[in-house]
Amino acid sequence: MASDRIFGLITLITAVAYIAAATQIQTNFFSGDYLPKLFPMLIGAVAAICSLVLIFKPDPDPDWPMARTWGNLLVAVIVLAVYSVMMTPLGFILPTAIAASILSYQISPNAKQAVLAGIGLSLGLFAIFKFVLMLGNVVAYRIPTPAKLWDAFSILIPFVGH
Amino acid sequence: METLANLALGFSVALSPYTLMLAVVGCFIGTIIGALPGLGPSNGVAILIPISFALGLDATAALVLMTSVYYGAMYGGRISSILLNIPGDEPALMTTLDGYPMAKRGEAGNALVLSGAASFVGAFLATIGLILLAPVLARVAFLFGPAEYFALYLLAFCTLGGMASNNQAKSAIAACIGLGIAMIGVDSTSGLPRLTGGNLHLYDGVDFLVAIVGLFAIAELFFFIESHGKGSSIGVVLDKVKIPWKYIRETIPTMLRASGVGFVAGVLPGAGASLGSFLAYMTEKSIAGEKGKFGTGVPKGVAAPEAGNNAAAGGALVPMLTLGVPGSGTTAVLLALLMTLNITPGPTLFRDNPDVVWGLIASLLIANVVLLIMNVPMVKIFVKILSVPAWILLPGVTMVSTTGIFALTGSYFDLLMLIGFGVLGYFLRKLDVPTVPVILGILLGGNMEDALRRAMTLSDGDPSYLFSSPIAIGLWIAAIAGFVAPMFLRGILKKPQAVSD
Repeated sequence: MASDRIFGLITLITAVAYIAAATQIQTNFFSGDYLPKLFPMLIGAVAAICSLVLIFKPDPDPDWPMARTWGNLLVAVIVLAVYSVMMTPLGFILPTAIAASILSYQISPNAKQAVLAGIGLSLGLFAIFKFVLMLGNVVAYRIPTPAKLWDAFSILIPFVGH
Repeated sequence: METLANLALGFSVALSPYTLMLAVVGCFIGTIIGALPGLGPSNGVAILIPISFALGLDATAALVLMTSVYYGAMYGGRISSILLNIPGDEPALMTTLDGYPMAKRGEAGNALVLSGAASFVGAFLATIGLILLAPVLARVAFLFGPAEYFALYLLAFCTLGGMASNNQAKSAIAACIGLGIAMIGVDSTSGLPRLTGGNLHLYDGVDFLVAIVGLFAIAELFFFIESHGKGSSIGVVLDKVKIPWKYIRETIPTMLRASGVGFVAGVLPGAGASLGSFLAYMTEKSIAGEKGKFGTGVPKGVAAPEAGNNAAAGGALVPMLTLGVPGSGTTAVLLALLMTLNITPGPTLFRDNPDVVWGLIASLLIANVVLLIMNVPMVKIFVKILSVPAWILLPGVTMVSTTGIFALTGSYFDLLMLIGFGVLGYFLRKLDVPTVPVILGILLGGNMEDALRRAMTLSDGDPSYLFSSPIAIGLWIAAIAGFVAPMFLRGILKKPQAVSD
């Protein structure tokens, strides 16, 4: 009950904000006055109506995970985010080995097995990408400077990165 | 005659040694993808698109590879349904109902071979149906103007929402999320940015591949972290595999009927393979009646959903190729592939790129034969692959998906969006909001808006133009009926739950 109401409220607010943003869309001579705004506003309106339906007629709650699992999921998201920005300065092998190990550990908590899985996946995928798929440029390893590392990492910090 | 000439053209494109090799590789990968729980045809094809694109395959080669993967995944889905009682993908859910009880009785091999044969019959008949129906529909599609196209897109969203979800409001919200995301980026007529919030990365819009891979593959990782990968070990032992001729003979009428039902379900825009297997199973169940003992492990209960599911997979290609409106989640992903390859599906495809269309159809026939040959003697190999533990599989899939997206766009911003879509997909699925309409929205949003804008320009802003032709009115009625009817039919057409031990 509560979950659907919260979801409905979030989508309702988003829909209203979306309509508001749509009214601000710039137009010019080529596009006509209202055509670029029409469809986004229609979408927002439909979404808003459906959100109201959801708020007044919610479904039963799903089984939400426990606090510990939320922590695990958050860790997974952070690992993936850091992985995303580290691919550019560090290349493929090292970030992949670390990220895959952590994710593997999160699915099945066994440290030794997870590290082996991480290293195996990293080297195996490197070999496949480089020698079978000929995408060596994508998975090349790189040696970074501290400045480049910080540059990449700062992307994740709001207002600091670019 | 014309059809045969076209087919000959198709085979001349698809029968080169290189494309044949791609078909075999695609079938093999596809079967594995379909068999692994948590990796269905949609995310399988989605993960492979960036990679095939980065490989620089030409249009025909990429299409052959991906359709083989698509058909392969449809075949593979049954393996884990039968052996583990876990549907490898959503359409395979119905196969668990009779397949798993059969396997528990020690007839796992029989069930696998029988379902393989049923898949072949379904897919083969559907491909024949596609060959006959698609050119006709492509000619009809020339009558479609912007008003008709707008109504057709609406129909796709309405029927998809009606069938795929338990709550119309939720599926409509999902479609709106997708359509809303599709609006982001530079407007094609004014050349001005829309709804980007000033972020330069968003001027190009949101790449649908990022959304697809995020919503399907990354979200799956979060689900496995939540469940700690439980339920991914082999449940039933498979001993000798023989061909159960008796079962196959007995179930031929079932397979033929189920293929027909499945094909029709697949052709309906937005309905897709899940509906095909569901309707095929339910039809056979009501024909057999109480004495049929459906649900206790009868061969007919294995043959019907598999034939229906594969026939629907073929049928879903009809609206995708002729109208550019996909009939299911996976065909939506295939549509994404075509758009990545700069091929616009629709009536003109049959006129302008006959080699692509007929090459695709020929490769479907080839893939089907390859799959039948591959699936009977090699079923044991696929069963072995099923025992890959989740703690290797899921990190591997995640890394392949991120690298694929990175290879395609080379931008960290897309990778961060990928994770964002993964988180979104997790919450949406937790809340029982279907994710396929989101994908369809992102894919079709631009076209749907174009249709609306052209209609409004032609009519000088008169909304009644949208209902000005009989075809458009018919589509609007079908759309509204498709959206409203499931609300009343939900009590009657209740999906049976998977059998529990």
